Amino acid sequence: MITVQGLTKRYAHTLAVDHISFEVQKGQIVGFLGPNGAGKTTTMRILTCFLPPSEGSATVAGFDVLEQPMEVKKRIGYLPETPPLYHDMEVQEYLTFVGKLKGMSGQTLADRVTEVAERCAVADVRAKLIGKLSKGYRQRVGLAQAIIHNPEVLILDEPTAGLDPKQIIETRDLIRSLAGDHTIILSTHILPEVEQTCEQVLIINKGKLVATDSVHNLQARARGAESVMLEVEARNGALDAQTIQHRLETVNGVSRVLLKDSRDNRSVFEVESLKDRFIRGDLARAIVESGWNLNELRPSAMSLEEVFLQLTGGEKAAEEPSVEEALVQGESQ
Amino acid sequence: MRNIWVICQKELHSYFVSPIAYLLLTMFAVIFGFFFWNSVGYFNAASLQSQMSGQAMPMSVNEYVIRPLLSNISVVGLFFIPMITMRLFAEEKRTGTIELLATSPIRDIEVIIGKWLSALILYGVLLLFSAINFAFLFRYGNPDWKPLAIGYLGLLLQAGGLLAIGTFISTLTRNQIIAGAATFGVCLMLWVLEWVSGYETATWAKVLAYFSVITHFDSFSKGVLDTKDAVFYLSMIFLGLFLTSRSMESLRWRS
Repeated sequence: MITVQGLTKRYAHTLAVDHISFEVQKGQIVGFLGPNGAGKTTTMRILTCFLPPSEGSATVAGFDVLEQPMEVKKRIGYLPETPPLYHDMEVQEYLTFVGKLKGMSGQTLADRVTEVAERCAVADVRAKLIGKLSKGYRQRVGLAQAIIHNPEVLILDEPTAGLDPKQIIETRDLIRSLAGDHTIILSTHILPEVEQTCEQVLIINKGKLVATDSVHNLQARARGAESVMLEVEARNGALDAQTIQHRLETVNGVSRVLLKDSRDNRSVFEVESLKDRFIRGDLARAIVESGWNLNELRPSAMSLEEVFLQLTGGEKAAEEPSVEEALVQGESQ
Repeated sequence: MRNIWVICQKELHSYFVSPIAYLLLTMFAVIFGFFFWNSVGYFNAASLQSQMSGQAMPMSVNEYVIRPLLSNISVVGLFFIPMITMRLFAEEKRTGTIELLATSPIRDIEVIIGKWLSALILYGVLLLFSAINFAFLFRYGNPDWKPLAIGYLGLLLQAGGLLAIGTFISTLTRNQIIAGAATFGVCLMLWVLEWVSGYETATWAKVLAYFSVITHFDSFSKGVLDTKDAVFYLSMIFLGLFLTSRSMESLRWRS
């Protein structure tokens, strides 16, 4: 659906996007992930024909963004980082106006406005001025605007930025519900968002694409080493967290023990294993044999966050770093 | 064509839901009403005088009232035009809505003409307010309507040119005040260029004066439709809109 080949964008003195190539299949939700200023918005602007590329090519639904921008624009719905709203218009007027811009008219447009307003949960503010709406509503009007002409491709630039947690969940649900009919690229610098919404991830850093993979594979990539959360409680008397830590460190296969929290008689640790070692059984035995209570033991999968930091954490990390290295770097950042 | 109208409607909507249109209309109605009142008062006094002195000199309403008033409108227009055009693109750039227009299947030139047309229509509505005053002349006097119609055509053409330049200037900044001030400066300059012809007859002075929008309005205010002057205004419109489209395009390559 979307093919990007060696795409490069140069501004006067900076290289915003540096020879990136990727492909997005029909019906997929792809997360475009990167720190602020990594080149996400620039790439999206090129895909929507807002900016021309300096080098390379991009095609959307088989049409080149430079050669046939009109055809591309007809097939794309775009929600920029700040929703492009006219504050002096009512929601209904605005959606009708955008529909007309996209070439719709008459009853089809009127029906479609009602439909998207309901789908994006803005039907109850249809007759309100956009300028008077809350941020959450504005964002949803922005989303409604992007899907008004039922485009094949949806490009959403940080669709959940600035929303409250409840709105974020609603927006994500909405985006997920749009997948299938639409191919979606959404950019974000919030990792859980990608874990929860997307199937495929493109990680971009300093204009370069550093990883393209499914969310599942990326998480697996960070595993190999096991990470366990432990809560230990002393059965009688005060507990010295140091003692427990020392004991845990001596368990076979443990690479690192971190004291996360210590309160009353309870201490929480995060324990990491060496590569390909399974330590949960040994840890449990060590604790019980020392006469302590094991209140909780759960494996903590390495989150995408760590993978992300590993991938975007500078030159050194980019050359196949060990997981420990990546973690240390991740913490220092 | 349809897209031009979609944009134009949207812009007119913006003018008329905000206080801009009403403020401009009120200001214009008051200022022009004052001019009209003065002009008619002067005309009455003069005609009374001419009757008393016994030389029943024929005095034409067209010559003594309508013509100077049309020239007045053309000057007052210079002050209103920046207020009409300053927001056209600057506002879209500031709020980011330019991204919506630029990523919709609509050509830049359609956006530009739509916006310019809406500005021209608003100016036309201003002129309608002056027409209310002129209607009284027709009720109580017997002026010739044709020179007046040509005068209005001239005003529209002149405004069209200046509005096109204002539209262009509005694409250069995201700050409405800057766009307005710069447009005002250019409008004023295009007006005063004519002054050099008052004392200098060299070719350079003639060239400078030629570029003054006022020079070319002279024939229209007399009720004469001179192709040369009409072409001047039309080329100004074309130049302004052309520069706007270039500027829109360069936005993409620069931004």
